[in-house]
Amino acid sequence: MPHRTFFWFILPTALAMILFIGLPIVSSFFQSLHIENEQVLMEVENCDPFGCTTNVRVDVEATEKIEAENPLGRFNGFGTYTDRNHLAFDEIREAWDNKSSIGEFKDIVLNLPFYKALLFTLTFCFAVTPPVIVLGFIVALSVNTLAKSLKGLIVFGTILPMIVTPLIGSLVLFWMIDSQGIIGASIQILFDDPNLSLKASSNLTWITLIIYGIWHNTPFAFVVFYAALQTVPQDPLEAAYIDGATRFERVRFIVIPHLYPVATFIMLICLMDNFRVFEPIIGFSAEGVAQSLSWMIYQDLRNENKMLFGSAGATSMLTILGIAFLLTPVLIRTWKEFKTER
Amino acid sequence: MNQTINKYSKQIIIVNSIFILFWLTISIFPFIWTLWGSFKVKADFFSRADWTYALSGFNTLIETGATTTFKAYLESWTEGEFGRATMNTMIVTVSVVSISLFLGTLGAYALSRSTFKYTFYILIIALIFRAMPHITLVSGYLFPFFQLNIWGILPTTIIVLVAINQPFTLWLLYSFFKTVPKELDESALIDGCSYFQAFRYIIMPVMWPGVVTAGLFSMMLAYNDFTVTALLLNQHNYTMVPKINAYLGTVEYGGNYMWAVSSVVSATAPLFMIIWFFQRQLISGLTAGAVKG
Repeated sequence: MPHRTFFWFILPTALAMILFIGLPIVSSFFQSLHIENEQVLMEVENCDPFGCTTNVRVDVEATEKIEAENPLGRFNGFGTYTDRNHLAFDEIREAWDNKSSIGEFKDIVLNLPFYKALLFTLTFCFAVTPPVIVLGFIVALSVNTLAKSLKGLIVFGTILPMIVTPLIGSLVLFWMIDSQGIIGASIQILFDDPNLSLKASSNLTWITLIIYGIWHNTPFAFVVFYAALQTVPQDPLEAAYIDGATRFERVRFIVIPHLYPVATFIMLICLMDNFRVFEPIIGFSAEGVAQSLSWMIYQDLRNENKMLFGSAGATSMLTILGIAFLLTPVLIRTWKEFKTER
Repeated sequence: MNQTINKYSKQIIIVNSIFILFWLTISIFPFIWTLWGSFKVKADFFSRADWTYALSGFNTLIETGATTTFKAYLESWTEGEFGRATMNTMIVTVSVVSISLFLGTLGAYALSRSTFKYTFYILIIALIFRAMPHITLVSGYLFPFFQLNIWGILPTTIIVLVAINQPFTLWLLYSFFKTVPKELDESALIDGCSYFQAFRYIIMPVMWPGVVTAGLFSMMLAYNDFTVTALLLNQHNYTMVPKINAYLGTVEYGGNYMWAVSSVVSATAPLFMIIWFFQRQLISGLTAGAVKG
């Protein structure tokens, strides 16, 4: 296809992507270098019969004027990145200098907003992915052994948790696990502890969120494994059967090695998707004990007084950095595939 | 031979059936429970005293005079303006699907037929774009959109969702067009068609299986989106998902909580029906790129 024709065919989609994916990233970066304007303060002298007092108050007019001239705020360089709500270099240095033990230092660092969110995000990623792969594989194996007439219905039932949006999925589970819902109340009766609820401790909340993550992601792993199972070559299976291998041995030594590449694919996609975990936190109302990087951005943009574009931009950039780290293996894989195709 | 390999012993079949039943309970039961509970009052669905109230509708009987009630549905669709949100979701979904398929088929066709190296880089960039968390993009949109005064309205959200959707659509349709034999459109070109005519008269009639799959994923993205719609639309223009979240925000005073429960049912039912019909396309789309033997 000549360059000219190619250009006209690709133009609309390229334009959409550049304008609404490429530029926003640049814009986010640009915002992260700026910080909100300071409010202009002025001294006002209030005189009454008993004497004069001076008060400091915000000069609304002057503040609005600065706001109109500089809507993005003032230039702050990389200041936002290193402040207390992000990488918090000063706080970490101070904690390191004053530490009495490594444990104490760790506590201080992990209580800083950014590191707290990072810890949750990573814990979520790495706690959800392995069970998803194992469970997805087992479900795929069992569905594969079913009679054909049943398969359609059961595949449909299996993929439901993946189809609904994470917010709705987590709400549906939350309403059951809530201390007044069916599961939550039953657990209270079972342990004979009326105060036991998922909000009672941060550990319980984290576990609930992770269970939700497994519930939501397993169908994806299932679908991919299920499709891959159809491509397992029959000849080696037959040979193994003749040689007297049990079903377990056939799965262990023929099916699983065949599915390794698929499993890595699922793992990478899962890690990447879960790194942006955000909606379940809202669905489970878990903001108090579990914050993720995406949730931090959302919070900055939802700020009641003023949207904190600078802070949101900085967190966005750091999140993108994390994604880039996870994305590299995927890119290398795609690169290799492309090379072999040509 | 195949028959003997795939013959399973009784134990395996029993264990297997139990496991499948167990798994289906986990994946389906929450939805059935929500559907059932949406016809009760809050005191039953969130019953502190006894969870069997949710089954028997104990408080529902006292409050409304029957064991099932449509109160939550009626109120959320009238007072809660859920009908408006449904309308908005329909507008957004239909527009996003049609626009992104239009852009996507053109682009993906060009990518699949060009032999130059830059196609590879375009696809890699699309892959990188696909991995960007939506919330980071939204944080980039808000400020310019406020300045341009286009925040809060449906067209902006539609275009944004189309763009966010493009990378995936491009990849999906690219791998689909690769499976369409080149000879088809090449012969048309030799006969004197322009590339656009070849696309219009030769490719378009055969591309529907791929387009349906890509359309299904666009639909799910637009229909399910929360991040973009919650932050880029004003309250008045909310689609269904942010609307449900808004019901929760105003929590705890009685009825509104049940509005959210009934709205969840109203929002998921059509989605499940569509997926029921297009299940095969959904699965083929998910596995494209993953499974190549």
